[in-house]
Amino acid sequence: MTSTTPAADPDLAIQAIGLRKRFGETQALDGVDLQARPGTILGVLGPHGAGKTTAVRVLSTLLRPDQGVGFVGGRNVVTDAVAVRRSIGLTGQYASVDEKLTGTENLVLFGQLLDLRRRDAKARAKDLLAWFELQDAANRPVGTYSGGMRRRLDLAASLVGRPAVVFLDEPTTGLDPAKRQAMWGVVRSLLREGSTVLLTTQYLEEADALADEVTVIDHGRVIAHDTPDGLKRVVGGQHLTVRPRDPAHLDRVATIMAALTASVGGRVTSPGRGVLTAPVSGEAMLAEAVIRLASAGVGVDELSLRLPSLDEAFFALIGRTADGGPTDDAEDDGGPAADDDPRVLVPAGGPATAPNDRGADSDGRAAA
Amino acid sequence: MSTVSLPAGGTPASAASRRGPALLRHSVALAHRSLIKTFRTPEALIDVTIQPAIFLVLFTYVFGGAIAAGSQHDYLQYLLPGILAQTIALAGATIGVNLNDDIASGVFDRFRSLPISRAAPLVGKVLADLVRYVLLFTVTLGFGYVLGFRVQTGVLDVLAAGALVMGFALCLSWVSVWIGMMVRTPDAVQGITMLVLFPLTFASSTFVKADTLPGWLQTVVDLNPLTHLVDSLRALLLGGPRGDDLLWTLLSMAALLVVFVPLALRAYARRA
Repeated sequence: MTSTTPAADPDLAIQAIGLRKRFGETQALDGVDLQARPGTILGVLGPHGAGKTTAVRVLSTLLRPDQGVGFVGGRNVVTDAVAVRRSIGLTGQYASVDEKLTGTENLVLFGQLLDLRRRDAKARAKDLLAWFELQDAANRPVGTYSGGMRRRLDLAASLVGRPAVVFLDEPTTGLDPAKRQAMWGVVRSLLREGSTVLLTTQYLEEADALADEVTVIDHGRVIAHDTPDGLKRVVGGQHLTVRPRDPAHLDRVATIMAALTASVGGRVTSPGRGVLTAPVSGEAMLAEAVIRLASAGVGVDELSLRLPSLDEAFFALIGRTADGGPTDDAEDDGGPAADDDPRVLVPAGGPATAPNDRGADSDGRAAA
Repeated sequence: MSTVSLPAGGTPASAASRRGPALLRHSVALAHRSLIKTFRTPEALIDVTIQPAIFLVLFTYVFGGAIAAGSQHDYLQYLLPGILAQTIALAGATIGVNLNDDIASGVFDRFRSLPISRAAPLVGKVLADLVRYVLLFTVTLGFGYVLGFRVQTGVLDVLAAGALVMGFALCLSWVSVWIGMMVRTPDAVQGITMLVLFPLTFASSTFVKADTLPGWLQTVVDLNPLTHLVDSLRALLLGGPRGDDLLWTLLSMAALLVVFVPLALRAYARRA
């Protein structure tokens, strides 16, 4: 890089400008920009292999980019890596705590590596274990922990040095919904400690629940950056789907659904024969639909509430970029804008929450 | 190995990282971690405790009679320095397996995201291995004594033998570090190191005198650095001329360092 590197924006805790990284034939990052203001959560959303982990590895000083610059707390992640390492905590995709060591021993080790006195390292370990509700397991080898406990310890290990910036690379991949919720609570509490968080996820739902702003990346490129609400307007929110038992009731059901969803537009469409669907704004509307359909004497074969899947999010987002500029997406059959496309209204597989294999394995092992 | 400077190719952080006390402190903390792991996994201690003991018993009583014309005691005296060298060389090979394991499990990423020298995890492993070597040396000599092995020289000679064999293992372990950084999985590292080390330990003066072997094999044995190490140990523990073998051993240690330290560090900087 002979050109002068761009200066850091002092108002940003995390900043990436035009990151590029190639591994052999794969262009993992193809000009990625990221920004997070201090004290916020930036969600980096993308499918497996989108380049999320590579971006995190660059920003956490583990990987040198081919091009572009990254700043954490205003410091260059390549030329000032040691200073950056003093201010960050990293929780990778795969638990990086030691199975043979106890929870306490793991955390004390990281404290010592961060130049805490042994006594201070022990005190910090104790605090963190209590905070993550692991105090009862403090003196057990990590090998005996469940998958969720291990993730919590892993996160605790990245917080030993009270980092100003925390990188969480898919912190809930492979966790069951209850454990995922618990992890979300922990991530939110990091903000109360004053940290800035960069969180990568494959789950739209997770980005929605946690992030102040979301950057969507795919094939190493940023394809959208917005607030979760802004993204949802593109992607579409939950949809209520009703299939009356008697097709003769379709008109009456359409009327009921239009009235029910009037507050969010009352857009009732029929994506297939005998089925009606409409965007809704939460589970309350599902309960209300049950009541209204029952009191109207309409029997149903199907009554469901679905979120658009991540695939659909990408379909919608790529559809939008097709309007705004060049894109390699040529599959759209020239139809209307994505949010009017029937494919968005009839999700094929529900929310994209299938755990990846690795996560399922570690959970399985922990349960055994 | 006064200062471990990683070649360019890693992040500039390696150049700017702190040395001296901080490196030592971090390395000791990491060595402590390795040792806790070792002692909580008893099978990880087999190679430095039970293995030399079993080798001593098996070779002394199965082959001793045939090889040393009936005197098992004579064979034990001949064999023990060889077993010492063989088992410590094998024990030194585990460092590559352990490093590879840490990288595969993600622990290394965590270490590298901390403001510590990139050499610290490596130095920590070496320090932990030294403790295992001391254990191996003590167990082998102690168990040998029970079987009837008697040192014919003085305390200083025994200490020199210990220093020599541990130093050799440390030099040889760079081969393991290199393989450990080049190969994808811990199991593969184990397989490849055994493939290298087994012929090396058997085609030496460890078990039998070279003059009983066919001519071509004698040539191999004479070139094998392990032969000179074992003969040096015999000289230090049992007495006898030590000059030439000691010189060859030190030269081969230097050669190992010259060849494999740069290779290993380059691979380490790329991978770790």
